[in-house]
Amino acid sequence: MTVPKICGIETEYGIAIREAADFNPILTSSLLINAYAKPAFKRVKWDYEEENPLRDARGFERTPMDSSAVEDESGLVNVILPNGSRYYVDHAHPEYSSPECSNARDVVTWDKAGERILEDSIEAARNIVPDGERVFIYKNNSDGKGNSYGCHENYLVDRQTPFPNLVKHVIPFFVTRQVFTGAGKVGAENGSEGVDYQISQRADFFEVEVGLETTFKRPIINTRDEPHADPDLYRRFHVIVGDANMSETSTFLKVGTTSLVLRMIEDDFIADDFTLAVPVQAMRAVSHDPGCRATIELVDGRRLTAIELQWEYFRLAKKYALDNDFDAVTGDVLDTWELTLDSLERDTMSMSRRLDWVAKLAMLEAYRARDGLAWDAPKLRMIDLQYHDVRRHKGLYYKLQNAGKMERIVSDEAIAYAVDHPPEDTRAYFRGECLRRFSPTIVAASWDALIFDTGDEPLRKVPTLEPTRGTKAHVQQLLDSSPDASTLIHNLGG
Amino acid sequence: MAEGGGQTRKSRPKKDEEQTQPEEQKASSEATSEVDDLLDEIDEVLEENAEEFVRSYVQKGGQ
Repeated sequence: MTVPKICGIETEYGIAIREAADFNPILTSSLLINAYAKPAFKRVKWDYEEENPLRDARGFERTPMDSSAVEDESGLVNVILPNGSRYYVDHAHPEYSSPECSNARDVVTWDKAGERILEDSIEAARNIVPDGERVFIYKNNSDGKGNSYGCHENYLVDRQTPFPNLVKHVIPFFVTRQVFTGAGKVGAENGSEGVDYQISQRADFFEVEVGLETTFKRPIINTRDEPHADPDLYRRFHVIVGDANMSETSTFLKVGTTSLVLRMIEDDFIADDFTLAVPVQAMRAVSHDPGCRATIELVDGRRLTAIELQWEYFRLAKKYALDNDFDAVTGDVLDTWELTLDSLERDTMSMSRRLDWVAKLAMLEAYRARDGLAWDAPKLRMIDLQYHDVRRHKGLYYKLQNAGKMERIVSDEAIAYAVDHPPEDTRAYFRGECLRRFSPTIVAASWDALIFDTGDEPLRKVPTLEPTRGTKAHVQQLLDSSPDASTLIHNLGG
Repeated sequence: MAEGGGQTRKSRPKKDEEQTQPEEQKASSEATSEVDDLLDEIDEVLEENAEEFVRSYVQKGGQ
């Protein structure tokens, strides 16, 4: 049975320094985070106790012999921010993991807050980096030379749902959702067939259907089983196929439609079988076809375009939503999904105000037309890269947005608020508010616990295993009646 | 964005010429002019030495 779709996005940002003698991305990422985080938040450690990235959803646990799958990065900079997010160094990239959100619109807001935090970090580090050096941060997924870094979504899923059901129904959905989640890329990589422009940044990097890896031989379905919640009740479905999006519509649809598909799977609502003949190949075929006309083969012999297969999921989701009570955000997701598929079907370029890959393609085509540039012109790759620059006066996505050429889902005011405040309807509220109010007494924190040192007593751990608890409705009164952490622990019954 | 196709920045129609054009053509010219304005703005912020910049952008593989 479906459980609340608590969700969040973790993004590894691309990082570069210009005019530096030698560039160490780990040191520079650390420097950025250190420059941004206030001292009160920097001293709170990340609690690794519950982390186990090698536990596999298929039931076995791997001994950590493969050094590329696990790295001891516990000594690196790792802060928890008062908006409930985690900001740290991962795989030589600055990474922002959004707080847990209850819906797709909130994910857009807190994901955008992450961009502002990275932008502010560059500003905060300005006086620390050596004279003349300039730091660049890109919210993309590839350096164009075969190196990819991820943007992962996480969804709370019912433990009772058999994992093979997820695999079966999610793969065709993931392969085809690229038509609205793609961030666009000039060229191809990782041994893919050459192409001028493709829909997704990430598609070239997927090599297997199901697996535990995230840094090589990347699977369409990642089996990491690390729920950060009660493992008897939940799994955290860890999605690694997505592109990092600048467009608010792309993020909104990515999270909103995926949440709906997961709910349908949990409720055993999908009777159809859309299993693809060769999913990995289909992933690239869809991405390499900006005209959205290519067909992919199903095991039953049917051949459908990505948009046609998305219509199948849309019709199911619409019926599912009508059969069940659905909220306003889900209604908006369905409307936007329908509008997007309808528009893409008629004229892909009509989505240039809403989707990343179309907006970027329109910009590149305008440049090519004006300057007579071939697709291998370095300037086009520069435009591709700079589209993702998080600085609002430099990033080309923001040039479009500032010119009123991108539709918005959330307001700048909401994003600014989300930089310093947690969502109010998940456990992130309790984490963020405790950080804001009691940080001197918090020694460590993680997604599912806070550890307090209130003085001469032993350290007190407050578990936050249930992602739907610790909301404003649950704990505001408790927090307001606790002038200090000792009172809070006492009031909690500790 | 084919509407940018035949135009160069220099040949963009002047305001007074636009006024004599039929409605449809006028709208198209305005769109072209708007695209050109945006491209000009992008030119101003685009990093210099694109070839070297793009070549030196190399990342450690992540997740």
